[in-house]
Amino acid sequence: MKTHEMAKKFMRGITYLPLILLAGIICFPVLFAASGVFMQQWELERNLAPVLAGAEGMAGWSVLPHAPTLRSLVELLLDSPQFFVMFWNSLKISLCILAGQTMFGVPSAWALARFRFPGRKAILLLYIVLMLMPFQVLMLPQYLVLDRFRLLDTHAAVILPAVFSTFPVFIMYRFFCGIPEAILEAARIDGAGHLQVFLWIGIPLGSAGIVSSGILGFLESWNLIEQPMTFLKTKSLWPLSLFLPEIGLEEAGLGFAAAFMMLVPALLLFLSGREYLEQGIAAAALKE
Amino acid sequence: MFLTPGFAGVVCFTLLPFAEVVRRSFQSAVTAKWVGWKNYETVFANTAFRMAAMNTLRFTGVCIPILVTLSLTLAVVLQKLRSGKNFLKSVFLIPMAVPAASVVLVWKTLFHSNGLLNGLLIKLGGEKIGWMTSGAAFSVLVVSYLWKNLGYDMILWMAGLSGISEDIYEAARVDGAGEWKCFTRITVPNLLPSLYTITVLSFLNSFKVFREAWLVAGDYPHQSMYLLQHLYNNWFRDLAFDKISAAAVVNALVVLALILVLRRSWERE
Repeated sequence: MKTHEMAKKFMRGITYLPLILLAGIICFPVLFAASGVFMQQWELERNLAPVLAGAEGMAGWSVLPHAPTLRSLVELLLDSPQFFVMFWNSLKISLCILAGQTMFGVPSAWALARFRFPGRKAILLLYIVLMLMPFQVLMLPQYLVLDRFRLLDTHAAVILPAVFSTFPVFIMYRFFCGIPEAILEAARIDGAGHLQVFLWIGIPLGSAGIVSSGILGFLESWNLIEQPMTFLKTKSLWPLSLFLPEIGLEEAGLGFAAAFMMLVPALLLFLSGREYLEQGIAAAALKE
Repeated sequence: MFLTPGFAGVVCFTLLPFAEVVRRSFQSAVTAKWVGWKNYETVFANTAFRMAAMNTLRFTGVCIPILVTLSLTLAVVLQKLRSGKNFLKSVFLIPMAVPAASVVLVWKTLFHSNGLLNGLLIKLGGEKIGWMTSGAAFSVLVVSYLWKNLGYDMILWMAGLSGISEDIYEAARVDGAGEWKCFTRITVPNLLPSLYTITVLSFLNSFKVFREAWLVAGDYPHQSMYLLQHLYNNWFRDLAFDKISAAAVVNALVVLALILVLRRSWERE
């Protein structure tokens, strides 16, 4: 009996092993990127020489830097005005997209979830199909509109199409559908109009959905690459995501520091909003 | 009334211009003369298009089954854990939050021919592999896709799993069903609706590996990882709007058909 129990415990312990191993592999690139920030340029050069300068031998790496330092980071923050321009570009683009998605997406989602009108089903299907279309399909259409409105090569070219993307609408729609009709009915009996019901009941009760879609939206827009690459020509308008690959391994210190600065806002948001993020992801999977 | 502003934006930024692209796909780029199906013929005859389309299809064909099964296994295992469940869930989800551009340097050092991975191979007594310069580039793409999406799909599966009532399992166990039988007879059938959504979402995300491919290998990567997005970008630079239009229409139809077919086949279950 005793041994049986112990064997069971042992088996349970064993299942953790591959999981922890896998978790380690998954974390590795992130730890790698983070450890590079604390290395000095000479250490990076010594480690990476075979990769960047064609030197003999193989690249090496140690997760714990020899002489940890914040020099690259300080250099980046104090001496690279270029970096700041890109950083603010990224931030501006992401925040504007978020604001726009909230402004237009929340009412749309509410209407789709809560009103019965002709064409509702068709519009919903259209939104789902559009949300699943890859950028490569939408690239030329969006380019043509932006060209007609003379918006190419401005931040609006990246922001506007993203504001009207249908993915956030779909996520919030799922959350709004979950609000029990009885509550809305009660409010209507008390004399609340459509707008009041939406503002005082819909938004507060659906706030989890709005936050989830906001987090997903931020992670996506912070990571945009194809859109700015196609619609922005002027380098001073570029977001960080396009600037980073321009930094060669010769300036690895700077590169790692910039990558770190890009990683930090996304990770902080991830850690603080993990619950919402999970809910937002799960919202897409539940049955209709 | 609530829907109008948002819907107007969608129409203006997506629907109308897409209709315009459909029209242009039948015209010549320079003179706007009606050319019928000629653009489509050119596109299908184009070897770069065939290669890119094949790569994109092959990529989804290889990745999605792996991702779907791997994430399901992970979700089932994690669901059963007593402690550390939330911690592991977060860890697996991290890659989703990591911007592709932040880890470019990491991929570059890992997969360079003198890079870390080859260093490890040599230490183990193996041979160098040209990760970025041979057919292995394709598997690099697969790995980075799996890395990025494993946690996301796992959460999707867990949402499906939590919808299955514990009572059914209890009843089955009373009837003497083992773990495996519970899995194949209860878990799998109940998860079929989730399978549809998960496949579709994984499919959608599979187009985003272009980011990793472009960041690591630039505009003209090894041909095994030359995707449709690369091709469209290169055509775009040449202002070959007629070709892109036709290709985008074909592309849209394929995506649409896949979505509808998947939907149909799972609704029938």
